[in-house]
Amino acid sequence: MSHLLEVHDLEVKFALRTGDITAIDGISFTLDKGERLGLVGESGAGKSVTGFSIINLISKPGYISKGKILFEGNEISSYSDEKMRKIRGDRISMIFQDPMMTLNPVFTVGFQMIETIQAHRKISKAGAREIALEKLKKVHIPSPEQRIDQYPHELSGGMRQRIIIAISLLTDPAIIIADEPTTALDVTIQAEIMDLLQELCESDNMTLILITHDLGVVSQVTEKMAVMYAGKIIEYGSTDQIVNHPTHPYTEGLIKSIPGSVIKPGEDLVQIPGMMPTLTNIPPGCAFNPRCYLRQAICTEKTPELKDVSNGVLAACHMR
Amino acid sequence: MNVDNTILSIKNVVKHFDISGGFLDKLRFKNGRICLEKITVKAVNDVSLFIKKGETLSVVGESGCGKSTLARVVMGLYPPNSGQVYYGGKRIDSLTHEQMLPFRKKMQMIFQDPYASLNPRKTVQQTLEEPLRFHHPELSNSEIKDKIELVMEQVGVDQAWIKRYPHEFSGGQRQRISIARGLILDPEFIVADEPVSALDVSIQAQILNLLMKAGRERDLTYLFITHDLSVVRHISTRVAVMYLGTICELAKAEDLFADPRHPYTKALLSAIPVVGEKRAKQIKLKGEVPTPVHLPTGCVFHARCVYANERCTQQIPELLTLDNGTCVACHAVEENRIVS
Repeated sequence: MSHLLEVHDLEVKFALRTGDITAIDGISFTLDKGERLGLVGESGAGKSVTGFSIINLISKPGYISKGKILFEGNEISSYSDEKMRKIRGDRISMIFQDPMMTLNPVFTVGFQMIETIQAHRKISKAGAREIALEKLKKVHIPSPEQRIDQYPHELSGGMRQRIIIAISLLTDPAIIIADEPTTALDVTIQAEIMDLLQELCESDNMTLILITHDLGVVSQVTEKMAVMYAGKIIEYGSTDQIVNHPTHPYTEGLIKSIPGSVIKPGEDLVQIPGMMPTLTNIPPGCAFNPRCYLRQAICTEKTPELKDVSNGVLAACHMR
Repeated sequence: MNVDNTILSIKNVVKHFDISGGFLDKLRFKNGRICLEKITVKAVNDVSLFIKKGETLSVVGESGCGKSTLARVVMGLYPPNSGQVYYGGKRIDSLTHEQMLPFRKKMQMIFQDPYASLNPRKTVQQTLEEPLRFHHPELSNSEIKDKIELVMEQVGVDQAWIKRYPHEFSGGQRQRISIARGLILDPEFIVADEPVSALDVSIQAQILNLLMKAGRERDLTYLFITHDLSVVRHISTRVAVMYLGTICELAKAEDLFADPRHPYTKALLSAIPVVGEKRAKQIKLKGEVPTPVHLPTGCVFHARCVYANERCTQQIPELLTLDNGTCVACHAVEENRIVS
């Protein structure tokens, strides 16, 4: 049986004057209908680039240098712009981090929603407005008939993010990619938005890729997760298994460094020494080796492959 | 309140900002007449609290609740509209710049964004020596050099980097440099305004450890402003929860997290996602935070509160001290209407 989305050995490079740098270094994962995948990592780990490459939105000088992306069995990574436009925003939608930047400030919410529907479907303006209102109700916007004619600045941050979600739902996509959807929001609003995404996934059997740096959010919403470090997936498997029994020392350090997870208040947090290498300067062998407490000679020589460690969890570490 | 070991106290501080703009922006047409209308943001409304020597008091709240404004009023960066700020028993809110200087040595601030708070045209050395040369003109060059080296070692910045500029450092390293700048005058009191919010998780742990270590070694008192409740739980002695410019609950950190009393605190705590736990029953709040331009009457929280009644819409609740020392501003708690 083929998967809804398959990413095979994807490699993304950015061509700079000083030479190509590798932002994504051979990652693979699959997604079935109704599954929720979390992509976790720190800034610069390559999680957003992964999201963008799925909908072929990597801007120059970036390009996919190797690997392929299959959506419903079709290799969309080789599609022309023309052909890709029928998938992007229609079958696969994306939600971005900052709801202030995503909406166009000079058009009403309704205008932007109707424009989206008409770009993908042959439908009258009135018909499109009906769909827009229906989706606004779905994301629990109070009094949608009034809100639809308002401008983005008249709405609060949480409300804007709901509208972005409504826009992403307009064409009933198969997959939604949410790139840090709640990072710009307050914690109570974040909880509401996460509830909404979870509810939509469950009621419509929607497939979600959640890109975030917040392990708490991932562990509540997703069932599968991939931890990224310096352009590679270093741990991949069931979310429950990974957050409760992390295998890779990086994942372990990441979880322990969150205040309130393992360490008692007032005591020193477990810290991972140093910081993530820049992409131009990735150490040989395992990219994590200079920061790792398990480091042995082999770690600086050979790049570890993802291998099955326990209960279907894959981890890339020589020592585990 | 024990006066002896109170390092800082603020009483009934009010800070409003006039955002109505110029004369023409203020003109309004009302009831057939032209009048001038002022629009004010009521950022901080009647806040009182004290900080004891050696403790870490955290102020938490959502964006726009007035926590950063409060920090700036404490530092003397904004003059309060009314109310008093006392440092070591002396009133500091109405001092001139010269009179304020000795207090500036003792109080330092660390800002949120290490990209914006360091001067991009100054090297690490210049950034660190400026406060020393200003406040201690008597120091010789070698004494200054020693002090800089000492503080750089403490915050974990390699001394070989002393001639480098901020753009050559990562976010975590920059935050270390701003902490070094805060520590170099040997202050007693540090206001940290969201010092780890702009940093990645693994770097955040390094900076929190550094702040706690500096606090222990130098016997520092912190006023910690943040929106991140897990950070608050980890580092605070006491916590003040702010909502729309007022303190709704002030308690010891362990009491607040074990047994939150104010309905807003309860909702806030239930919204934190915890690693490895499925979503617990989150307390949903009705509606959204009102704007601080038009404050609700009575309790500022009443429109979103499930326990609100007639009295809450009329009368502003005062901070009441409960038997365990927790202070809560809520009529429902006072009248025992909340069954926990």
